[in-house]
Amino acid sequence: MESERDYALKPLEQVWNDGGAYALLGPSGCGKTTLLNIVSGLLRPAQGTVLVDGKDVTGASPQARNIAQVFQFPVVYDTMTVFENLAFPLRNRGVSRDQATARVEQIASLLELRSELGHKASGLPADVKQRISLGRGLVRSDVAAILLDEPLTVIDPHVKWLLRRKLVQIHAELRVTLVYVTHDQVEALTLADEVIVMNEGRILQRGTPRELFERPAHTFVGYFIGSPGMNLLPCTIDGHFAVVGGRRLALGPVCDRARARGGTTTLGIRPEFLRLHPRRPEQAASALEAVVIGVENCGGHKIASARFGEQTVAVKLSEEDSIEHGAACWLEFPLPWTMLYADDRAVA
Amino acid sequence: MKRALFLTLYLVGSLVPTYWLICMSLRTNDQILGAFSILPRDLTVANYVTIFTDSDWSDGYLNSLAYVAINTVLSVAVALPAAYAFSRYRFMGDKHLFFWLLTNRMSPPAVFLLPFFQLYSSIGLFDTPWAVALSHTLFTVPLAVWILEGFMSGVPREIDEPAYIDGFRFPRFFFRIFLPLIRSGVAVTAFFCFMFSWVELLLARTLTAVDAKPIAATMTRTVSAAGMDWGVLAAAGVLTIVPGAIVIGFARNYIAKGFALGRV
Amino acid sequence: MAKPNDNRAWLMMLPVLAVVGFSAVIPLMTVVNYSVQDILGPDQRIFVGREWYHKVLTDPELHGAFIRQVIFSASVLAIEVPLGLVIALSMPLHRIWSSLSLVILALPLLIPWNVIGTIWQVFARRDIGLGGVAINALGIPYNYTSNAFDAWITVVVMDVWHWTPLIALLCYAGLRAIPEAYYQAARIDGASSWGTFRHIQLPKLKGVLTIALLLRFMDSFMIYTEPFVLTGGGPGNATTFLSQHLTRLAVGQFDLGPAAAFSIVYFLVVLLFSYAFYLVMTAGDRR
Repeated sequence: MESERDYALKPLEQVWNDGGAYALLGPSGCGKTTLLNIVSGLLRPAQGTVLVDGKDVTGASPQARNIAQVFQFPVVYDTMTVFENLAFPLRNRGVSRDQATARVEQIASLLELRSELGHKASGLPADVKQRISLGRGLVRSDVAAILLDEPLTVIDPHVKWLLRRKLVQIHAELRVTLVYVTHDQVEALTLADEVIVMNEGRILQRGTPRELFERPAHTFVGYFIGSPGMNLLPCTIDGHFAVVGGRRLALGPVCDRARARGGTTTLGIRPEFLRLHPRRPEQAASALEAVVIGVENCGGHKIASARFGEQTVAVKLSEEDSIEHGAACWLEFPLPWTMLYADDRAVA
Repeated sequence: MKRALFLTLYLVGSLVPTYWLICMSLRTNDQILGAFSILPRDLTVANYVTIFTDSDWSDGYLNSLAYVAINTVLSVAVALPAAYAFSRYRFMGDKHLFFWLLTNRMSPPAVFLLPFFQLYSSIGLFDTPWAVALSHTLFTVPLAVWILEGFMSGVPREIDEPAYIDGFRFPRFFFRIFLPLIRSGVAVTAFFCFMFSWVELLLARTLTAVDAKPIAATMTRTVSAAGMDWGVLAAAGVLTIVPGAIVIGFARNYIAKGFALGRV
Repeated sequence: MAKPNDNRAWLMMLPVLAVVGFSAVIPLMTVVNYSVQDILGPDQRIFVGREWYHKVLTDPELHGAFIRQVIFSASVLAIEVPLGLVIALSMPLHRIWSSLSLVILALPLLIPWNVIGTIWQVFARRDIGLGGVAINALGIPYNYTSNAFDAWITVVVMDVWHWTPLIALLCYAGLRAIPEAYYQAARIDGASSWGTFRHIQLPKLKGVLTIALLLRFMDSFMIYTEPFVLTGGGPGNATTFLSQHLTRLAVGQFDLGPAAAFSIVYFLVVLLFSYAFYLVMTAGDRR
């Protein structure tokens, strides 16, 4: 008897548009690599189909699918030179030597590998090897999509951003579909037009980085994206009020919809949107009193921790704002940015 | 498909002499030397009875297992840091040292009989499993270092760095991340240390007398004035295979598992 | 990434040096000692310098044994290494079959060497042995006790049966250690199975093949028990290899001096060949 637990991926559907840049974002083990491998053909799904331009390719092998994949750690053919590495996919497909050379040089220029073409591929630094891996995918003129599985994991941090920038540049120039798997939200948010957040085999939300930031559809999305993540406070509904930490916040009609949905309710607001006032603000209905219990200096900004009842929240402050540890304050929950979640899913 | 056929043919062919050994162990000497038959007629377990009723055999078994176990554990434990050093660092004299290790296997053990005998007698380890285990390290340790170094070098160095950055201290990195990646190498090394030590009879016999007498000694008793006791020797041979088969049965999972690059 | 230079790595070497050095240095010194003395009795020794070396190196019996040894090692290596590699490549992927194959494969390695000689001694006999009878039944005249060529074939086949599993196991472990991503990348790049073998498997197996080759060379060059039990060196001295010659010197004639000298020479020969092999196999790494 099979239960949902036996499946790495729960039932899902995803459409990839040609030329788009997608990020599959989620924690380790959420199924993003599994999904990627199904798209590339390295894995065959137990159930379901993969369609390309309406054609069923579920049973097709990777080389028949016009995709290229870059893996977590660099895969190069050690005995060959960089040039031979890049030419390998072309030679296997019977492309003539002249054509292959031309194409290899073109891609090598794009990836800034021209100076390395004559060197043996082994012994080169990791980021060069990853560019070679990427290049092997790009040389094929019929390649429809490049799939990248956490390709920057073993790259030095100060070289990472160079490679990221190169990816963005390539995408802009070649307009090839990119699917980028990562657990790093910074990578996802900078590289992708559309970010797909996954957890435990499910797609929780898909949208632009801005949508995910401003309107997380799931508490996990709120928590996972942002640094620090969204403040998530358990609450109860009383009329048009949310009761949190013993205080009442007037949130309006959304409370009715939350109560209609049923289940456990959670209040969410991002530290960036929560407002800290030293005195009682005018819009007192959606504010409450709290005590500042800590202020952390994070370089360009500050994070203050405030406590009310038994709840602690983080508030983002600018560098100039000063508030004392232990001071009393008022926290305002602006209505447009305050989200209610019933059973972890957002209430519209 | 062709490969499967080839492999099957080889494995079946490989079993034939072993089958013959088992046959010999189930017949008397007269039957072995007398007439030929593919399947043994008149099966007899007399040879095995001879072995099992002789307490020297079971003692010998345990003694042999003792020094083999000591040797395997010692060899692998000592070889791991050395192999890591050879694989990851350059240091003064490293290439020469690496090759020197192997030179210890370049003389027939017979050459070492007399010196080892004198050595271990003088330090009081004679007739203990330690003498045999230590003398065997002469050829198991270089083997272990060479094999492990080969497997360690196959792990991309790029994997060491992020682990450090993630805050792993070295012992934890080594045992939790690095070692599992070379599982098959460690398993095959341990098996070879076991194997070479287990089948080595000359040193094992020379460096022991009564207390730690291994199966080697009792096996040579099969040659007497009356001629060779083929049946008993064959039975002893069959029984010698058993621990080895258990070890490989245990190690096969690790050998086959190979490189499991989990989420780094 | 180039290897960092770090002499502290010597600390990691200490356990190995302690263990191996202890076992190796003292006996070596003893042997060298014996090789330059004439031991007439327990306390009567005369320093004779290079005399034993001279005697040993000009012995025609030794030359014969040496040539036979070289032919034997060459034949055995030429068969075992490719065969072991092909077996490793043919191992099944399915868990149960591969387990079974591994155990059957490893069996010959676990038999004590004198028993191996004994098995083949009976097995190859044309009157009472399964192998001998079968071959003669096919119409091929085969008798290893009287025919030198047949004896050679038998000794070589015995060694191949005995030691090919070592190479196969090493290669198999080496193959399993190749990360799956390499095979996946090769599939995506459209490589044929020959291409995958040539560009991924063979390069990754180089380390394993080096140790396998060196190991088998050394062990086959020093082989003693199995051929001795099987043929006793015969017929005549057709299958007398180097180590048997050495043993005859030391044990038979009880001449420790020449035997020790021969041991040193033997050692140096093995060393030289091995070093040559080693240099060739690692030539690529030094560029």
